[in-house]
Amino acid sequence: MKEELFISGRDIPNIDPYLNIWHWEIPVYLFLGGLAAGIMFFAGYFTIMRKEKEMQATVKYAPMLVPFALVLGLIALFLDLKHQLYFWRLYTTIRLESPMSWGAWTLMFVTPLSMAWAASYMKEVFPKWDWKFKFIDQIINFIIEYRKAMAWALMILAVILGVYTGILLSAFNARPLWNTSILGVLFLVSGMSTGLATIIWMSKSKYERKVLSRIDLIFIAVELFLIIHMLMGFLAASEVQIEAAQLFLGGEFTVVFWVFVIILGLIFPAILEILELRGFHIPIWIPSLLILIGGLVFRFVMVEAGQITRYLY
Amino acid sequence: MRYAMAIDTKKCVGCSDCVVACQTENNVPHGYCRDWIVENVSGSYPNVEIELKSERCNHCDDAPCVRCCPTGASHIVEGGIVMVTHDECIGCGACIQSCPYDARYSHPDGYVDKCTFCQHRLEKGQNTACVDVCPTSCLYFGDIEDPNSDVSKALKNRAWKVLAPEAGTKPQLYFLT
Repeated sequence: MKEELFISGRDIPNIDPYLNIWHWEIPVYLFLGGLAAGIMFFAGYFTIMRKEKEMQATVKYAPMLVPFALVLGLIALFLDLKHQLYFWRLYTTIRLESPMSWGAWTLMFVTPLSMAWAASYMKEVFPKWDWKFKFIDQIINFIIEYRKAMAWALMILAVILGVYTGILLSAFNARPLWNTSILGVLFLVSGMSTGLATIIWMSKSKYERKVLSRIDLIFIAVELFLIIHMLMGFLAASEVQIEAAQLFLGGEFTVVFWVFVIILGLIFPAILEILELRGFHIPIWIPSLLILIGGLVFRFVMVEAGQITRYLY
Repeated sequence: MRYAMAIDTKKCVGCSDCVVACQTENNVPHGYCRDWIVENVSGSYPNVEIELKSERCNHCDDAPCVRCCPTGASHIVEGGIVMVTHDECIGCGACIQSCPYDARYSHPDGYVDKCTFCQHRLEKGQNTACVDVCPTSCLYFGDIEDPNSDVSKALKNRAWKVLAPEAGTKPQLYFLT
């Protein structure tokens, strides 16, 4: 029998015995960022495709939520900082090597843009809305003329935002569970899917729901494929990554990952969406809510589990 | 000029003097430490082996903490020492996540703190606090590019290893085995 025992003479808060420096704030932000990216992407896409009339919820109603999601996400990010009064240091420098710097600057552009987009549809969504000041009306009229350009910017920034939520984690090579380049695409796809679920929930048009459900099914399939791909990659990699995958394959995150993320968060809502497309009547909020919860749990699991994984020496 | 440290695992007795010296020298808050002792016992009776290591920041050549820092608070100064500028640090924790050696911690005042190779002492021509107090003289420090430095001489005739070389960070703590 070979035994190995490590004794380390330290007990630093949040670092020993295992790292736990990021708490609920980060997964909540990653979820809200992905959700906002998903809604913005499709708002931009269907505007460029000139489908504003058919896709009302996608283009007008759901984007009203985006500024709220982003601001809540930013608040969560701010709460996570330990040296909060110095947060402005993010904006005195651009560090191309640091994903977090990219993210901070992306949010700097995308948040006002999402607000401008929502403001430009304010009067259509709330007919009694009054901006109170005349100059705001003038600004809004100016914005409305440039909707098409905004739609392009929205789409591009949404992709950067969605990918960034994954790259933020994958840039840390010290955490083997995160250190896979698939995470960027996986979080983008997952964010798109949660965004679509939100729009489907808000939509009142049967045609719109049908179009979006079809797109969502593709995204769910791609997401499942990417998750399997990720686990396969881990199992074929080095010891530290095999151990990381074991957290989901028999380890402590197995149940929450397979039940809440894979089955209840992806497969079950996908089946419900297929049944709905086949003409069965299914309350639309059930698959949407399941996808949203699945997306949130997925991010919690990835952030929590990733911090436990580490190099062995 | 490239500062590095060698730790003789055969001479270290795990007394933790280096830890206390560092805490005193650098005013490390209670319950935290910038260097620490790892005791690694392997095998089973009667063939048991013990390895004692005094560990700290590896001041990596390719430091992931510096790469991930969104504000540039983590940076490399002359001699390859990885430093943190306290009033540029926002306490986001990216560097803590990116360190394969868990050498960084969040200071109770908010910023991230770590071993500095006692840069304030090096400037005065002194050695680091941990090296100065080590009762078995198992720590060797100096310029690894200078063949006559303590660390270069220590590495010359002994086998050594670095921790987690597969992390690709090119660490600069050498453990004599």
